[in-house]
Amino acid sequence: MSETDTIAAISTPLGEAGICIVRISGRDALNIAGEIFHAPKRKSIHEIPSRTINYGKIVDPLSGQAVDEVLLSVMKAPFTYTREDIVEINCHGGISASKKVLELVLEKGARLAEPGEFTKRAFLNGRIDLSQAEAVMDLISAKTDTALTLALSQLEGGLSKKIHLIMESLLSILANIEAVIDFPEEDIDEITTQQIIDTIGKSIEDIKGLLETSDTGKIIKEGLNTVIIGKPNVGKSSLLNALLDEKRAIVTNIPGTTRDIIEEFINIKGIPLKIVDTAGIRETEDIIERIGVEKTKEFLHKADLVLIMLDAADELTKEDILIMELVNDKRSIILINKSDLPQKLDEDEVYKMAGTNPVLKISVLENLGIDDLKQQIADMFFKGEIEQKGSVIITNIRHQDLLKKALNNLKDAENAVSLGMPLDLITIDIKEAYYKLGEIIGETVGDTIIDEIFSRFCVGK
Amino acid sequence: MTTYKAGKYDVIVVGAGHAGCEAALACARMGLKTVVFTINLDSIALMPCNPAIGGPAKGHLVREVDALGGEMAVNTDKSLIQMKMLNTKKGPAVRALRAQTDKRIYQDSMKLTLERQDNLDVKQAEVVEIIVKNGKVQGVVTRTGAVFEGKAVIITTGVYLKSRIIIGEVNFSGGPSGLFPANRLSECLKGFGFELGRFKTDTSPRIDIRSIDFSKMTIQYGDEKIIPFSFTTPHIEIEQVPCWLTYTTEETKNIILDNIGRSPLFKGDIKGKGPRYCPSIEDKVVRFMDKPRHQVFIEPEGRTTTEIYVQGMNTSLPEDIQVKMIRTIPGLENAEIMRAGYGIEYDYIVPTQLKPNLETKTINGLFTAGQINGTSGYEEAAAQGIIAGINAALYVKGEEPLLLDRSDAYIGVLIDDLITKGIKEPYRMLTSRAEYRLILRQDNADLRLTEKGYRLGLIDEERYKKFLKKKEMIETELQRLTETKLTPTEEIQEKLTDELGSSPLKEPSNLIELLRRPEIKYDSLKVFDYDTQHELPREAKEQVEIQVKYKGYIEKQTNQISQFKRMESRKLPKDIDYDKIKGLRTEARENLKKVMPDSIGQASRISGVNPADISILLIYLEQQKRIRSAEDDK
Ligand SMILES: Nc1nc2c(ncn2[C@@H]2O[C@H](COP(=O)(O)OP(=O)(O)OP(=O)(O)O)[C@@H](O)[C@H]2O)c(=O)[nH]1
Ligand SMILES: [Mg+2]
Repeated sequence: MSETDTIAAISTPLGEAGICIVRISGRDALNIAGEIFHAPKRKSIHEIPSRTINYGKIVDPLSGQAVDEVLLSVMKAPFTYTREDIVEINCHGGISASKKVLELVLEKGARLAEPGEFTKRAFLNGRIDLSQAEAVMDLISAKTDTALTLALSQLEGGLSKKIHLIMESLLSILANIEAVIDFPEEDIDEITTQQIIDTIGKSIEDIKGLLETSDTGKIIKEGLNTVIIGKPNVGKSSLLNALLDEKRAIVTNIPGTTRDIIEEFINIKGIPLKIVDTAGIRETEDIIERIGVEKTKEFLHKADLVLIMLDAADELTKEDILIMELVNDKRSIILINKSDLPQKLDEDEVYKMAGTNPVLKISVLENLGIDDLKQQIADMFFKGEIEQKGSVIITNIRHQDLLKKALNNLKDAENAVSLGMPLDLITIDIKEAYYKLGEIIGETVGDTIIDEIFSRFCVGK
Repeated sequence: MTTYKAGKYDVIVVGAGHAGCEAALACARMGLKTVVFTINLDSIALMPCNPAIGGPAKGHLVREVDALGGEMAVNTDKSLIQMKMLNTKKGPAVRALRAQTDKRIYQDSMKLTLERQDNLDVKQAEVVEIIVKNGKVQGVVTRTGAVFEGKAVIITTGVYLKSRIIIGEVNFSGGPSGLFPANRLSECLKGFGFELGRFKTDTSPRIDIRSIDFSKMTIQYGDEKIIPFSFTTPHIEIEQVPCWLTYTTEETKNIILDNIGRSPLFKGDIKGKGPRYCPSIEDKVVRFMDKPRHQVFIEPEGRTTTEIYVQGMNTSLPEDIQVKMIRTIPGLENAEIMRAGYGIEYDYIVPTQLKPNLETKTINGLFTAGQINGTSGYEEAAAQGIIAGINAALYVKGEEPLLLDRSDAYIGVLIDDLITKGIKEPYRMLTSRAEYRLILRQDNADLRLTEKGYRLGLIDEERYKKFLKKKEMIETELQRLTETKLTPTEEIQEKLTDELGSSPLKEPSNLIELLRRPEIKYDSLKVFDYDTQHELPREAKEQVEIQVKYKGYIEKQTNQISQFKRMESRKLPKDIDYDKIKGLRTEARENLKKVMPDSIGQASRISGVNPADISILLIYLEQQKRIRSAEDDK
């Protein structure tokens, strides 16, 4: 938390726009971006005039591979939002590419910005005037709260458990080493080098395992599996487009337009969703459409949340009932679409069938109720009504960043042990790793080592 | 009660334990007219617990006190009967000296030091009242009605505030070793609105050396070559006295468990919270039921007494049980107890009520130091004592306080923990509490602090010159090692592989690079040294070796420190109103109000204050700054 380092973040909320911007602010912004940005004709980033948009590629310096084609702009201090040097990288390749770009930027020495930190800097550096100070404070506390709740709910599941386990084994060697150091004359079983190496090695493997799930290839898997389902022509593809804010799926008034499954990633109020538009379900003879329907069922099986779409301008059909039965055991939201049209649908019946699942009236065409839908999803998520299935996935770049740092600390420790460095030096790196892991799960680790010493060892005389 | 005017001082120190002695000496040495009061002149620098000084972290504190110009290390060297360097194989940061002393000599020589100190009067009296006017301290009143005026008062009354001695079913108001408690002072402090807490601790029985069968114990000698505690002691040549090690037995455990119903600790007669790191034997047996035996160290209390301290057998069990229990230990079958072990409960001042200079937040000129602040241990007391003394003197002189932070010294860690985090048990220093411990080594305490001590007037010219000389020697030697280059000739390679068991050079390199190899010690560089005039003193060699060998880690910690310093330098205004700052979470707000931190850094260490709260504080600070500058413009 210092104002002299360089920070970076994806500054457009993920998925809310087609393009993601990785924004870097601080003293080293240009240098950092310069290390990964390749402009045509090898122009150096320092030659780029302020406030121009420049085409180029982001290249991973390690593999030499291009990560994304980007538009990069440089804004030199002090005439910028934060009054620091700012580099903005417009990524084209969607979320996964922008995440990869951000990762590279962090590897090159930037720190992931805290919620509201750009604005905080803008204020601290005199860019924002006094009257807005309170608004800035509100912003920070609000953003942090959401981020925190979000992080926590994400962590409810496997991730926090796994991190806890790693921390526990690190804590146990730390406590043992510290007990031996602080109470040298007690008969504590001294920890062996082999034990230390084993524990560190195991932790390194565990962290690597966690990090693997966050590799770009697998980021595709992240997000809550959300499936939009409904009979043909109810407006499923329209909803997908509305949520994405772009024309991703083809929309026509011909029933059965969508034949294949369309997957997209969006971020709703901080919650990453993988949203799936499906082929409308109806009893059909058309083979292709049939396959689509089968696939829909498959996706349903994997879904964390189902959006069931009904047509307000139509009566409840056999197909609708079939669909509702199909998703019976799933957490779902029932959307009565086309509410701009005269209503034919019997709402009471819908509510009856809905049971505890919420029912919302929307009109995708008129953009009515879309925000309510987003809110509904967020509410259900935070209440823990929807949760992610399957294995632990690191969705959060902050987590990834901290895990990588912890990994490096542990590698240093491993190296130090093998070089025969004394215990007090080895603990420097192990402690650092332990604190980094603690940061991920938001645990203050203050006196835990000391507490552990006293609960495990009978020391003192 | 009739009172009379008895005298005027710059600084009054109440209590002459380990904190009081350092405080009084520091003030007097800084040229202030000082008086120190003790309940009993024969109890100056008393060691009511074991006769040892130092150990990990504690030894570090002693070295720091010494580096600042304090007395504890010097006095320990004078009264030494055994010395050990602990943790020699665990790394440079955690090596630590531990001394066994002759208690009597320790007391007598400290008493004499006080008595001979210019500007210092030593008096026997019980101070019962502190005089305060308009939020400022004015002086003290003794039990016999003497009124002493003082510009600053330092309370270092240890465990004497409302102390109660507990031995089994017997308990009475009293201080350690049969001394009087200080009851009225405790009431007086409460009257000023201070929040007091209650702690307990206990001590072990003393037995007669003539009743011990040493053949059943393991003898433990001191180090062959004594490294003195004080940077000013050139060397120590004494006949050392050994200690012995024995163990409790299954029978010891049974006796304790059979009589646990009579333990005041388990019956609930003792309500004060005791330390986890210094548990009584009954506590250890109950909490670690599986452990078959516990260590017992037999430590002589001095050369001129047959009293022996039984380290590891702290207890407040009834006297008859103490006798039975002690006699189950191999070698102590016929032990005669001379003084029984006892538990002691006492009041302490909740230390979050103190400022970093150890002055109370609410009364100007009133300082507290030592066990009254909730710490335990002679060393922790001395460390606070010297800081309170220095700061009381600076307060009287109207100068800026001496503040040590967590990266300067263990003393800084100690004080910051006390005033920022508060405490739940008697606080003991541990190396694991120091986040920058590789920098806060016992060997470099002088390099860290002696300059400060000199500027305060606590280090004399002669010592300072020696210190500068040592610094220069280290610099020159580092320079020389950098400049001495070796080329991979056959002769050199042979020396490396055959004589030093290292690997041959791949390219020309200097001595620094060689010394960085784990298997090469500073002394082994001699084989390459054609210029043999460089025989450095031990302390300088040690510095060179550590600074070179652990450079990478030292840099790592130095970087952490500069981060830390940045946050410490962002000061929070003294009159900040946390209720007016929107956006702080309630828990953070309450704790900030309680601690009233000095800096953003300190605020971030308060429990319940998270990074978002810190961001909000930063913005608030900036907002205030701009309001002020806008007003200035008008
Ligand atoms: N009046 C009205 N029309 C809508 C609304 N939402 C979608 N439509 C129209 O309904 C038609 C079908 O929309 P799609 O989004 O293609 O429907 P779908 O459910 O994806 O259809 P299939 O892919 O064929 O299963 C289009 O003509 C849309 O413009 C709405 O809220 N009100
Ligand atoms: Mg469609």
